Amino acid sequence: MTNLTDLTLAEARDGLAAKRFSAVELTKAHQQAMGSARSLNAFVADTPDQALAMAVAADERIARGEARPLEGLPIGVKDLFCTEGVQSTACSNILKGFTPRYESTVSANLWNAGAVMLGKLNCDEFAMGSSNETSAFGPVVSPWRRAGEEAGKRTQLVPGGSSGGSAAAVSARLCLAATATDTGGSIRQPAAFTGTVGIKPTYGRCSRWGIVAFASSLDQAGPITKTVRDSAMMLQAMAGPDAKDTTCADLPVPDFEAAIGRGVKGLKIGIPKEYRVPGMPAEIERLWEAGQAWLREAGAEIVEVSLPHTKYALPAYYIVAPAEASSNLARYDGVRYGLRVEGKDILDMYERTRAAGFGREVKRRVMIGTYVLSAGYYDAYYLRAQKIRTLIKRDFEKVYADGVDAILTPTTPSAAFGIGEKGSGDPVEMYLNDIFTVTVNMAGLPGISVPGGFDAKGLPLGLQLIGRPFDEETLFAAGQVIEDAAGRVALPEPWWG
Amino acid sequence: MSVDQETVRRIARLARIAVSDDDVPHLQGELNAILAFVEQLGEVDVTDVEPMTSVTPMAMKMREDGITDGDRPTDIVANAPASDDGFFLVPKVVE
Repeated sequence: MTNLTDLTLAEARDGLAAKRFSAVELTKAHQQAMGSARSLNAFVADTPDQALAMAVAADERIARGEARPLEGLPIGVKDLFCTEGVQSTACSNILKGFTPRYESTVSANLWNAGAVMLGKLNCDEFAMGSSNETSAFGPVVSPWRRAGEEAGKRTQLVPGGSSGGSAAAVSARLCLAATATDTGGSIRQPAAFTGTVGIKPTYGRCSRWGIVAFASSLDQAGPITKTVRDSAMMLQAMAGPDAKDTTCADLPVPDFEAAIGRGVKGLKIGIPKEYRVPGMPAEIERLWEAGQAWLREAGAEIVEVSLPHTKYALPAYYIVAPAEASSNLARYDGVRYGLRVEGKDILDMYERTRAAGFGREVKRRVMIGTYVLSAGYYDAYYLRAQKIRTLIKRDFEKVYADGVDAILTPTTPSAAFGIGEKGSGDPVEMYLNDIFTVTVNMAGLPGISVPGGFDAKGLPLGLQLIGRPFDEETLFAAGQVIEDAAGRVALPEPWWG
Repeated sequence: MSVDQETVRRIARLARIAVSDDDVPHLQGELNAILAFVEQLGEVDVTDVEPMTSVTPMAMKMREDGITDGDRPTDIVANAPASDDGFFLVPKVVE
């Protein structure tokens, strides 16, 4: 029998149905892989007893012929999702030890579909970061390494962020799939860095209830998986209406897996000229051209389009997201949950608690958000940014009104970088990672990242497809065409244990 | 626009984050780097543009005005750093 951790989610589902192995065997194989991959720091909490109990129950259901869509499939959960009875910290010291008495809607949906929880995955603190280096649990090490580096002199690479634990764990085969969240690129950028597939669905496709809030008008949940088909399976289970989230759309969830294999014949794919940024590395340019060629060969029409406000998306994001974060994070005051540092009065307690509990990046963003919302600056910064957001959305609406079905871009401006290499002096250097992904959040659109090739050092690169609102099906159809043409990524051989 | 050290202290106060004197110059540099980056938004013509309030068109959902949850005080204070008899405890705020 092949190694059970090498299977895709779909292969594991089919293997369980054919009784080639049991859910308990599948779960134990992944737990063993987790045990030997501690040095990657991908998991921040393991739930071994819960996982085995869920696997045993899954085997019983399968035996009775009552298997649900994800029955017995072991997955990891980003620590931003509240999980009942299991520590949920958003990887912040201010929430260390927080053990929710409730389950997020998205994770509850997954358990109701039969999935097995292996544990909680590392991420940037409150999902604020692009490299997983801001986590209170320390950075995640990518399972990928640059080719040609001498043994003993190897650079430890970041897996991207904020969903770095999710991407590293899927890429290292510690879980079959993982949940993630995306506020400015936090699913798609780590997927691109680790040779995995990640989709941020349309804003409102997944309920945000029970997910620790960062920027509520931008946050969306989605999966990170080994293949496009696996992403369709995961999103199918995660998505759906929820009375507990007023921004969650009351729309039926289409059969995403059925869209796979639909192809791109007759589709019009837009290539936005504004994404050709100065100084774009030649290998990113080549990747993008290869993506266009693959889609054209599969019968799509490639057209140049214009999204004139693209360059303003990232600066506008760094007003809107911190503003919403400063408001959302006001709840961490040392009273209802999490850390408390005593002070001489209640104000002093708030200030000491938040100074001790928040990391540097979170403090920075809360302070920027506080500033742009403060009296005298609101119009100049926040109101202007929200107007520019309207213009960004309008750019996309015009392109889609002209008959374009999806837009193709690179996911990131470069491959993964080394731990400690970026953003130590100037925070903006790190923010530039999200230059191609952030527009999608600003416009509330769905976006998928699919592996498309490698850089000169053998590191994976991703192609991004951006869809019309609530048309994730076209992204799965076109994403599969890219996956078929580029070839499935050979995930790195374990060197970590 | 850039912020001076006094403004950094004022923002920290508004954000309820204690900052030491050593933190201020560092924070000032970082905040000014971000503010310099967002400065370019000033060149966009936003005349007659409505600010975005909702990224997807959606109507506020209506539901029956009924009780859907409650009666679980122990769950609510379970994670509190300090609680007593179902109440959150805070330092004295009224003399």
